[in-house]
Amino acid sequence: MFTIDNISKSIGRKTILRNCSLQIEPGKFTAVVGPNGAGKTTLLKILSGETKKFAGEVKLNGKNISNFKNHELSKLRAILPQHTVVNFPFTIEQVIEIGRYAFKDSSAAKEEVIDKAIALTGLEKYKGRHYQTLSGGEKQRVQMARVIAQLLHNSPDPKYLLLDEPTSSLDLAQQHALLALAKKQCNRHIGVLAILHDLNLAIQYADDILFLKEGQTVAYGACNEVATTDVIEETFSHPVKLIEDNGQLIIVPKSILNIQTKNLNTISYGQFS
Amino acid sequence: MQIALTNKNISKHTLTILLMLGLFSVLFLSSLAIGSVTVSPFDIVLVFAQKLGIVSGIDEMKELVLINIRLPRLLLTVSVGAALGISGAALQGLFRNPLVEPGIIGVSSGAALGAIFVIMFMGTVAPALLEVSRTFIMPLFAFLGGGLATVFTLKLSKFEGKTQITYLILAGVAITSLAGAAIGLAIFYADDAQLRSYTFWTLGDLSSATWEKLNILLPLIGIACTGLITMSRSLNAIALGESEAFHSGVSVEKVKLLTVLFSAMAVGVSVAFTGIIGFVGLVVPHIIRISFTSDHTLVLPCSAIGGACLLLLADIFARTIVIPAELPIGVVTAVIGTPFFIYLLISSKKKRLI
Repeated sequence: MFTIDNISKSIGRKTILRNCSLQIEPGKFTAVVGPNGAGKTTLLKILSGETKKFAGEVKLNGKNISNFKNHELSKLRAILPQHTVVNFPFTIEQVIEIGRYAFKDSSAAKEEVIDKAIALTGLEKYKGRHYQTLSGGEKQRVQMARVIAQLLHNSPDPKYLLLDEPTSSLDLAQQHALLALAKKQCNRHIGVLAILHDLNLAIQYADDILFLKEGQTVAYGACNEVATTDVIEETFSHPVKLIEDNGQLIIVPKSILNIQTKNLNTISYGQFS
Repeated sequence: MQIALTNKNISKHTLTILLMLGLFSVLFLSSLAIGSVTVSPFDIVLVFAQKLGIVSGIDEMKELVLINIRLPRLLLTVSVGAALGISGAALQGLFRNPLVEPGIIGVSSGAALGAIFVIMFMGTVAPALLEVSRTFIMPLFAFLGGGLATVFTLKLSKFEGKTQITYLILAGVAITSLAGAAIGLAIFYADDAQLRSYTFWTLGDLSSATWEKLNILLPLIGIACTGLITMSRSLNAIALGESEAFHSGVSVEKVKLLTVLFSAMAVGVSVAFTGIIGFVGLVVPHIIRISFTSDHTLVLPCSAIGGACLLLLADIFARTIVIPAELPIGVVTAVIGTPFFIYLLISSKKKRLI
């Protein structure tokens, strides 16, 4: 269990996070949503161990996060960034291998893990390709393979995968492919937390959801319970309408709805994302 | 299947290094043989055999040339080339910027300031020390100047307890221009002899090698190069970004500090004894990356060997083209290296690797 208990963080006089609590459970997908400047990135930096000064307590598998050594931490949690620029011509295998930095693999074992990560992310046909020659979606998939490789080891302790707005530069199909891949990791005793910009993506994939606004929790709980019109409108300060389609919730921002109410059925998904 | 794949990779790594070492040996032996006194490969073997007491009665002149002149010079060339090549590779990796050359941390210009300080004042303050100053005082001041400049650069780039790469580059630029201004002022007041002395120092000089100098230089460069090679894996991770490296378990701050310090040590010692030799640190790592791979575990050692090779080759030309005079090594390095680099650049553009 990754437990965040009552954390607050301010920079100067500005409060970035106030009394924020949540739990990432192994096998569950938790989404964090909120408008720009809500403190999502700060929350992730505290969880990753990058930001060390904050009030409150963060415990990873029962142990205070500040008591972990850097290499111990990297075996328990991995972070997928928004996008990663590599300035040198690395092959995809070389990029994925960086996920194994903290491990003392033999080269045979390393090869095996990299192959497995490639298989898990469906990158077989890109073997040997240079990272720089890939498209945005393919690059993100390689990064996903890297963080999966980082968590590929037999340890009785639960592991965690943190995603920082991983879909922001991807197209529709790629967004879903990536989140499906992240969701699949829950089956391997991994707890997943994703900061997401797209509310519809969040409610489709998340088990739990945290709504953040100006550093404070608006609502937190099981997605199907807390994702209500009120909570969403309060969080984003924008009127929305929730529509149910075959048991799947769709969030439609209202001002657009007003213009095109009658044509709702013909509106494609992409216009909202 | 798995094992076969791995073996293939290991041998690829080893093969590349062996290839580089082969090239290096050929250049080293040729360089030992070529010069105004020609020493055949057979003579080389004989001279070394005599040193070990196996044979005797070898031409004393040949022994003198080989042991006291050519060998120290070659060792100086090799170690300086290796130092510049590996520091360039490491700093490019650390700054995640292929345009970085070792001078960026301020070490070269600081060393130049130290050198011109000695050139300007040593003659007037203590003329008797002039002879000693050529050998040791100037390198000492150059090293101190380079070291101080690097320490200032590092201090200036600290922000919220972390070394910020952007500030590091800007601080390097600031320290370089400050030293440049001081050098300019010194040049303004310098007489013709001092000016000439300084100009030649900035073009690099390998001819003054002695065993005494090597006793200082070899261990220092050896330590710096070994230190940098241990950074290879961390530099691979840093190529993805500092956060990404931290998330993968790299102690980013430690790596930054050690890489800058080891590079400053390698370059500082080199510049102190040979003057400024440009180009090697900037271009050799690229030649290695384009020819083989960007994996720092290979780029770092190969850049060291490659730097040594390029400088050996340049040195052969420098001291044979205008016998009995010598061309400045910095000029020859650029003349040999640039066309090759341009060729690699054009061919890699086709492969879209840069």
